[in-house]
Amino acid sequence: MVTSRDDFSIAVRSALLKKGVKQKFSLLALIIASVILLSLESINSKSLNFVRSAIKDVIYRTSFITSIPGNVIGPMFTNIQGHFEIYEQYEMVKLKLQQLKDQQNQISYLKIENDKLKKVIDDASVFSYETITSKVLVDKESPFLKSVILNKGFNSGLKKGMPILKGPYFVGRITEVNYLSSRVLLISDLNSKIPVLVEPMGYQAIMSGTGDEFALLDFLPKNHQLEVGNLVYTSGTGGIFFSGIPIGRIELIEEKLRVKFFSDLNQLYLINVIISDPMKGR
Amino acid sequence: MFSFRGNFIRRLLNLIPLLLLLFLAFSETDFDFDKLSFLSFNLIYILIFYWVLKNPDILGYGFIFLAGIVNDVVVGLPIGVSSITYLLLSGFAAYIRYLTVQPSLIFDWIVFAPSIAVTNSIYFYILTIFFDVKINYITLALNTCVTILFYPIIGILFSFLANIIIKERNV
Repeated sequence: MVTSRDDFSIAVRSALLKKGVKQKFSLLALIIASVILLSLESINSKSLNFVRSAIKDVIYRTSFITSIPGNVIGPMFTNIQGHFEIYEQYEMVKLKLQQLKDQQNQISYLKIENDKLKKVIDDASVFSYETITSKVLVDKESPFLKSVILNKGFNSGLKKGMPILKGPYFVGRITEVNYLSSRVLLISDLNSKIPVLVEPMGYQAIMSGTGDEFALLDFLPKNHQLEVGNLVYTSGTGGIFFSGIPIGRIELIEEKLRVKFFSDLNQLYLINVIISDPMKGR
Repeated sequence: MFSFRGNFIRRLLNLIPLLLLLFLAFSETDFDFDKLSFLSFNLIYILIFYWVLKNPDILGYGFIFLAGIVNDVVVGLPIGVSSITYLLLSGFAAYIRYLTVQPSLIFDWIVFAPSIAVTNSIYFYILTIFFDVKINYITLALNTCVTILFYPIIGILFSFLANIIIKERNV
């Protein structure tokens, strides 16, 4: 018994402390170094942030370069598959085009009416925000975390918390800013919480990411009556985001009413960052 | 001339696992399938466990530590989490290596399962308890299971490479 315990301690000691022929550090030393690095994460000093930002910028750029082969080969297979689906899609597009033409007439009438009403309520400047376009540098599709890295940082005026749009649709917000790059937490991430407005009912809620292609609505009013097709917009509560930016539509997913995003968050390439402050001028 | 070429090839072959580790850490190449997301697995874990068991000098603990830091920065996790996970997995592999007299892929596979389960649990607890990062534990558990299932397949592929390395070394 004593021998087996000795064997165990020798094996553990050997695994943790013994250095190989070409090894410069023991496992234990590196584990301790990792723990120190982790504890430094919670310290927020200017010099540490500068070092962190520089390391991250270098790694993001290297990651972008090393991802090039994968990014070239991957889409090649998708392109081949896409060619087979073109005819089928063409027929569907034709049908949709017809439907859209029918809708367009209706929309132009509604637009005129909307403009008239806006003039009446004097709120024509809802979408008067300034944006800058940025490219997605790295899109590491982790099964656990949903975020992307942009090729612009605080040298371009980006700040933490700024909202991100793909076309007219809201897709996330900036959570980390470095000198040349920044990280965007997508609305599909489990850690994402966005104050939203559900129209036409006008319900206020918090939209929580699920790590999937849809989101959940929390803190809805009691006795709410959501319906498939209801639209979800940013509410602007808290003054972080502009109100009225479209996010998604209520759909029946897995037999529950959930928010299906308008944007495909796996296909982000060029995105817009709103750099105007929503609270400015209020 | 001949010896120089032989040396070069041997060094290159020895470097393949390390280059693969750094490539996986840096690049977006992920074994995370769009339509079959439940089949996503972590090749880095398999790579580290297999090669530390074979010969810890091939990867080097320093590079494993570095790969962890790179992975944390790319994925957006607190710097150090992946390093700890990778090094703990290396620790398990080194411990098993010390105890094993006659190595076999099946035995390695059996011990890989508890090793990865423990390291992934530590990874999950560090992120949720100390950093308040929410992680879908079902996805993580599924990823762990699939990684375990893929170990023998990847292990066979790696053993081809290991055999070539040994052959070249003997030459």
